[in-house]
Amino acid sequence: MKFGIVTFPGSNCDYDAYHAVMDVLGETAVYLWHKDHDLQGADVIVLPGGFSYGDYLRAGAIARFSPIMREVVAHASRGGPVLAICNGFQIACEAQLLPGALLRNASLQFISEMVTLRVESTATPFTQEYDPGQLLRLPIAHGEGRYTADTATLDRLEGNGQVVFRYVDAHGTSNLGANPNGSSRHIAGIVNEHRNVLGLMPHPERAMDPLLGSIDGLALFQSLLERVSA
Amino acid sequence: MTRYRVRVDIIPRRGLLNPQGKAVADALHTLGFGGVGSVSIGRHIVIDADAPDERAALHSVREMCERLLANPVTEDFEVASVEPALS
Repeated sequence: MKFGIVTFPGSNCDYDAYHAVMDVLGETAVYLWHKDHDLQGADVIVLPGGFSYGDYLRAGAIARFSPIMREVVAHASRGGPVLAICNGFQIACEAQLLPGALLRNASLQFISEMVTLRVESTATPFTQEYDPGQLLRLPIAHGEGRYTADTATLDRLEGNGQVVFRYVDAHGTSNLGANPNGSSRHIAGIVNEHRNVLGLMPHPERAMDPLLGSIDGLALFQSLLERVSA
Repeated sequence: MTRYRVRVDIIPRRGLLNPQGKAVADALHTLGFGGVGSVSIGRHIVIDADAPDERAALHSVREMCERLLANPVTEDFEVASVEPALS
């Protein structure tokens, strides 16, 4: 299975994703330059973390107009999986692949730490290898991760089971103290209505090796393998 | 064609937490400006662009705001002024 990892100017987690796919999963990965017009036959597109275009104007606002994004949007509209991590989540929201927006952390601090997440839905191609309600430890590293949408959108996301990950404490309870950025309803990750685009602030690709303190991101990539080979 | 200078304000939507503004409001209170209620921080963008007339310049900048400069989910925009650019 082939992963296409988009490199924007300022992406800095593209290599992490490449390593996760090639060295941990043992699958194929290619870098897709932001100026390219060809996804090179990739089955899954990864929009990686970083600071695309310096995050000038707003995080993700300029990257969404990169030439490659036209192909990524077409891939998503054909039902192709898109995994949008951190800055990739911001880009996916700007590109309207996902509803809502990501604002400056409520604390104004850039936060780099391990967080606990609860798997809220396993009915997605990204989470089918997890157990419902499973608690995960994943790293975050962001300054603008406060997910926001209007009340009607949030209600719709909840009602459709599109909220995939929520920030929780060590006991699995969502509360303000466990929410690192002040996101609406403690949301850490969502899917689109067709469940083929996942956006999340935490970094599953950096939690694939015991050396890094957690392997809880591995099942997310394995879920994708299950789906595409099925 | 005339070159116009258009100034546009991008304003965080009312009701959304603006922690940048809150930090500044707290600092103003510390400085003794007790009357400060709330502060919200957005962006002021100055664009010099060629257009056949003022109306066209405005129309074009509004489209820029809708497509790129403002996020429709979290921000509103207002054109603050439009005038011929002198230099």
